[in-house]
Amino acid sequence: MSATTYYFAIVGSADSPLYEADFGVQRTENKHLHQFVVHAALDLVEDALFANTACYLKAVDSYNDWIVSAYVTPSNVRLMLLHEVKSEEAIRSFFVDCHELFVKTLMNPFYDPSTPIQSQAFDTKVHSLAKKYLL
Amino acid sequence: MQASNLLKLDTRASKRSNMLLEQSLAKPRRDKVSLGAFAFLFAEIIRYSQNRVLGIQDLEAKLNELGKRVGVRVFELLMWREKNVHRETRVLPTLMFINTVVWRALFDKQADSLGHSTENDDEYMITDNEPSILKYISVPKEMASFSPGAFLAGVVEAIVEGCQCPARVTSHLVPADGMPLKTVILLKFSQEVMEREKRLETTK
Repeated sequence: MSATTYYFAIVGSADSPLYEADFGVQRTENKHLHQFVVHAALDLVEDALFANTACYLKAVDSYNDWIVSAYVTPSNVRLMLLHEVKSEEAIRSFFVDCHELFVKTLMNPFYDPSTPIQSQAFDTKVHSLAKKYLL
Repeated sequence: MQASNLLKLDTRASKRSNMLLEQSLAKPRRDKVSLGAFAFLFAEIIRYSQNRVLGIQDLEAKLNELGKRVGVRVFELLMWREKNVHRETRVLPTLMFINTVVWRALFDKQADSLGHSTENDDEYMITDNEPSILKYISVPKEMASFSPGAFLAGVVEAIVEGCQCPARVTSHLVPADGMPLKTVILLKFSQEVMEREKRLETTK
């Protein structure tokens, strides 16, 4: 059980925020900084987009001790994770499962892909995935 | 009493909403919808839209928008079901994906041809000799320029937009001998896409 923090955000294809969550130990003074750093890293994700056709872009940015990893789905929805420890395989599995959850959410014809994901079930599942892979 | 009935309805609905995330994304065994059922629905969609628009352009735009909503979902789902989950960022692989995978998933056949316009470098054409969804739609003579393939154009437009190659996509009916429903979907890619393609070609 590591005492690390994670901040996970899903940013839609039109750059609208779709979901965000914190996992692990929260050190209250840095919460807003997490969101800022992750969203600032979006520019670097865009640069890396055309370098290769992989979905998992590994670590795209780092800020002091924090590393920002990104995963881009085929329709340009970005899954971003801010973390302190480097564990590529675990983070890749986490991203792949979150991608699957996102596609399932998208299958709902009443879900507009530019609006935030409000489903309680989605939130619960993401937290359980975090517990499984990250914490 | 009525309030408690409404509350009961609420919890039932939320229990069912959890099932969306439990369902599997893999290809189901019975994945075909009957053409008759879809043709009925599609004809009704066109009739419904016709009552709410003021012209052929608007009607095509409405169908295009509906197609976009389908395209976004079909694209993510089909990409997920691919053996090697990846992203497409170049024009040609995206068009090949649409021609083969998307058309096969939607219509059980590949699109008949993919062409590149000779006059304009930024125009590509996807041809379908007999789009099954248009089989039972008849266009009256006074609306001869209307192409119900605008729905297909919307699907394609959503896919190319997702692949970071935004284009203006329109559909045109080009009847040929023996193929009265032959439809050409014309994609006109935006300037920045062509510039990016040129840049990526030279750096390769």
